Amino acid sequence: MKAYWSVFRARFTVQLQYRAAAAAGLVTQAFWGLLRVMVLEAFYRSAEAVPPLSLPEAITYTWLGQCLFRLIFLSPDPEVREMMRAGTVAYEMARPVDLYAFWLSRALADRIVPTVLRAVPMAVLATVFFGMQFPPSLGALGAWALALVGALFLSAAISVLLTVSLLWTIAGEGITRLVPAVALFLSGLYIPLPLFPEWCQPVFDLLPFRGLGDLPFRLYTGHLPPEAVFSVILRQWVWIGVFVLLGRSALRQGMRRLVVQGG
Amino acid sequence: MSGFRLYWRLIGASIRAQMQYRASFWMHSVAHLVDTGLEFLAIWALFARFRQVLGWTLPEVAFFYGTINIAFSIADAFNRGFDLFGQKVRSGDFDLILIRPRSTALQIAAQELRLMRVGRLSQSCVVFGWASWKLNVLWSPEWCLLLLWTLLGTVALFYALFVLQATLAFWTTETLEVVNAVTYGGVEAGQYPIALYRPWLREFLTYGVPIACVNYYPILALLGKPDPLGAPLWVGWLSPLAGMAFLGVALFAWELGVRHYRSTGS
Repeated sequence: MKAYWSVFRARFTVQLQYRAAAAAGLVTQAFWGLLRVMVLEAFYRSAEAVPPLSLPEAITYTWLGQCLFRLIFLSPDPEVREMMRAGTVAYEMARPVDLYAFWLSRALADRIVPTVLRAVPMAVLATVFFGMQFPPSLGALGAWALALVGALFLSAAISVLLTVSLLWTIAGEGITRLVPAVALFLSGLYIPLPLFPEWCQPVFDLLPFRGLGDLPFRLYTGHLPPEAVFSVILRQWVWIGVFVLLGRSALRQGMRRLVVQGG
Repeated sequence: MSGFRLYWRLIGASIRAQMQYRASFWMHSVAHLVDTGLEFLAIWALFARFRQVLGWTLPEVAFFYGTINIAFSIADAFNRGFDLFGQKVRSGDFDLILIRPRSTALQIAAQELRLMRVGRLSQSCVVFGWASWKLNVLWSPEWCLLLLWTLLGTVALFYALFVLQATLAFWTTETLEVVNAVTYGGVEAGQYPIALYRPWLREFLTYGVPIACVNYYPILALLGKPDPLGAPLWVGWLSPLAGMAFLGVALFAWELGVRHYRSTGS
């Protein structure tokens, strides 16, 4: 257990070095969020029927997306990717640890720090100036926090699977660009999912990505009642289980056929 | 050899180099296509829910989306050299460029043509085509001229922003990500008519980073739609000049930067 904790802490410290990047990201993120909010406001002003999400809810939803962007962003570990290209991934295999758990710990740390560095100032800014609202009750806040933990693990588990997939594709350019974009879209970061046409909703329900953004966000705004947290968490952890099993078996297979090039 | 011919010869070499990695090229292009396709899907979803936005319809917004993305993908394809410029300053490699008897901006610009931007380009062309068909635009000679003029102005403006971003590296030795808020953010903003935005943003997009001048005003003239904000239609014929002027200013700033440059070397 200690090894996993150590790698988690080490990654945590590394990520803390990027404070300037986080500040720059904040400005970009705020601008982006404001644009989205203004577009939503314009659409809501033209609404003919009552939309399934109120405007303040949609605005808060949008800002949560801007705050938690880095948590939801699925990406293979860039360092492991370099290792695979250079062949030094062989060292990773030599470690006396469970490699999957090791990579998962890295993935978790790589998500938490950028998210915290970005989310806290962004949330303060958005709440004070840009119309982001507090959760309606303590219950909603608690439910959101629980769902957020699920979202973190889900994002990390999918990301490790992406990392493992690099064992086959090596460059992995297609997957590493496509999956994150599609996942962001399907978690509601482009447009809040409840605003999509009704026939889209069952499709979103069947996919794992809703648990990354949409469901936690709606617990926060109160669009979903706090009681819904149980089914949300269940959904998230079933998917986490699926992705961990997939990741583990893919890693086992990949390691068996791995041929390290060069010398 | 004239600067112009030299530029195209270098670009040609870059294209041949990229075509050595065909699979990678196609994967990147498809990824780009999906990436921007999702953005349009989001716009479509909002119209599916709300039907119109302050009197603007989906084909009209699609026209905005198409033109700005066509122009951006062209500018972005030619931008690789300036994009990676911070690296050159840090490593001292810019010295190499200084000793060659050619304009520095030309050498940087000719570094690479990113072919994979064809993904974004083709996707926005499809959206543009669909929008023009839905809107029954009449392809008259002066309409096409204005369209070309609009696209030219937009490409110039985005290129100017890339050059300015790189120019900052002369002082900061790194490419400033903050500028992305106005480049990528600018495309995002230009996908909708600025009439949707709050006044401060409209003013920023008109007088600060003049995206509205190369996008909103000429498109109103192209669509023959009176401006809900009250500007007369002929403004659209003049305002794309702002993009050209911006490029002029950016190249001037670049020259200042070159003069300021002291090799970091190592």
